Amino acid sequence: MNLPVIIKFVIDLLAVLLLALGIKGLSKVKSARDANRLAAFAMSLSVVGLLSYYLGTSGIAIQSWIWIIIGSIIGSLFGAILAKKVPMTSMPETVALFNGCGGMSSLLVALGVAIFPISNSVENLDFFKSLINEVSISVSIFVGAITFTGSIVAMAKLQGWLSTPGWTQSKVRHFVNIVFAVASFIAFFDLINGNSSSIWLLVIVSSLLGIGVTLPIGGADMPVVISLLNSYSGIAAAAAGFVVDSQLLIVAGAMVGAAGLILTQVMCKGMNRSLVSVLFGGSLSAQSTASSGSGEYTNITSCSVEECALTLEAANKVIIVPGYGLAVAQAQHTLREVTKKLEQNGIEVVYAIHPVAGRMPGHMNVLLAEADVPYEQLKEMDVVNPDFPATDVVLVLGANDVVNPQAKNDSSSPLYGMPVLDVQEARTVFVIKRGMSAGYSGIKNDLFDLPNTSMVFGDAKKVLNDLIGELKDLGVGEK
Amino acid sequence: MSFISLLWVLLLGSLLGLELIGKVPPTLHTPLMSGANAISGITMLAALTLIVKAEANVPLLIIGSVSLGFALFNVVGGFFVTDRMLAMFSRKPSNKK
Repeated sequence: MNLPVIIKFVIDLLAVLLLALGIKGLSKVKSARDANRLAAFAMSLSVVGLLSYYLGTSGIAIQSWIWIIIGSIIGSLFGAILAKKVPMTSMPETVALFNGCGGMSSLLVALGVAIFPISNSVENLDFFKSLINEVSISVSIFVGAITFTGSIVAMAKLQGWLSTPGWTQSKVRHFVNIVFAVASFIAFFDLINGNSSSIWLLVIVSSLLGIGVTLPIGGADMPVVISLLNSYSGIAAAAAGFVVDSQLLIVAGAMVGAAGLILTQVMCKGMNRSLVSVLFGGSLSAQSTASSGSGEYTNITSCSVEECALTLEAANKVIIVPGYGLAVAQAQHTLREVTKKLEQNGIEVVYAIHPVAGRMPGHMNVLLAEADVPYEQLKEMDVVNPDFPATDVVLVLGANDVVNPQAKNDSSSPLYGMPVLDVQEARTVFVIKRGMSAGYSGIKNDLFDLPNTSMVFGDAKKVLNDLIGELKDLGVGEK
Repeated sequence: MSFISLLWVLLLGSLLGLELIGKVPPTLHTPLMSGANAISGITMLAALTLIVKAEANVPLLIIGSVSLGFALFNVVGGFFVTDRMLAMFSRKPSNKK
């Protein structure tokens, strides 16, 4: 071993260690921010390690430098700008976009190596070695393409650019996807057999498979899918590691792949969905309207913002239940103004955060933190549930299924067994909602029919703004 | 590196990943996903290798460069966005307990 090899070895080892510590640290609130920086540092370290290795051995041609600099500047610049500009409400789709680009990168590396075999892979042409090379290239292309198109579809659906086409909810989609999958496998083995032209077939059908699998999945399950695709992009990176013979890539890719799987599992558990039903069950609303949930509401009480304000004024303890509707309406700052007024009046305000509120675990925490809500006012479901009976007013803002008592009472309900917030135990519940449409599960919410529930119809932001006005008229929050 | 030792690396890396995150508070799911996502942009190393080994092969240089761009978009954007999210939690000094 000569010096550059040893140096690279040490740097790689250090980078792996720091990356592992980074992922570990990211799972604790206290250390998360430093851990993220540590991981970023480890990544830069790995680049330095690789470049110094090539400088010390084969050298890096001027041309290579030019293309390295062009690629890095453009990529980093766009990444940094997007990361700074994107609103907090669209975090899920942003992560999906980044993730898709990671998959694209692995795909391109494998494609490049396949079309123009790099010098060192020609040297050892023994059968075994070239077989491994072909297999890792094929895996990298296959997984990379699925990650890319899947992530882009996920992003487009979350942004509302793509809706769920009707045919994807029928059995047809299984047939279509099976055709794509079979075609990918044919291309895969054809490629390994040495028929290099089938590489394009592999690129095309695995891209189509990524679209075909993601398109039928409803917006609600998207975070799970993004997390799964995140795991895939780790696998794609590991496969690319086999292509270019890099242990660091394999370790880091495998780590992300495995950690992503665990996270996906955790998310599924929070939504009471199995991974299989997310992937193959289609959009939940499509099935459930047939089974249950089509029941009519019989006892809806609607009330004005004014009544809502009067009740709030008289309360001692208020619990806010935020949901996706709040995120969509971008009403977190307005909500904060309302709660500030209530607090100034000596009313105790707490936010109840369901694990999957906002359709992305942690989404609400991020959103409310942005609006300066003190961290200690955010209560997790298990902590806050015993508090509901002693609560005067619950304000449900754009949340639906996570407050549906059916999940506890009705064993025939598709929601049955999902942990929910027991808001109906409170004295009064106000549900701020745009209309009577169902939540993402498409299931009727029994909460709305209860006598202690009143509906305030309207866009969350508008209702909250009106509420501020009403509270002001009542003299709440003015000393 | 022989193929077999690379397989060992793959196996141990996966096991490490499975062990790293056990209990994660729901608050951190999104940042963790986004941070792990940034790390999967490690393929930038593969792109770099491709560019260095491409020598004078211009199409390959371009492919490598585009690939590097995509990877760095993922890495830089991913870490920044994660930091932005986490900054919101740590701004409150009283969040220790």
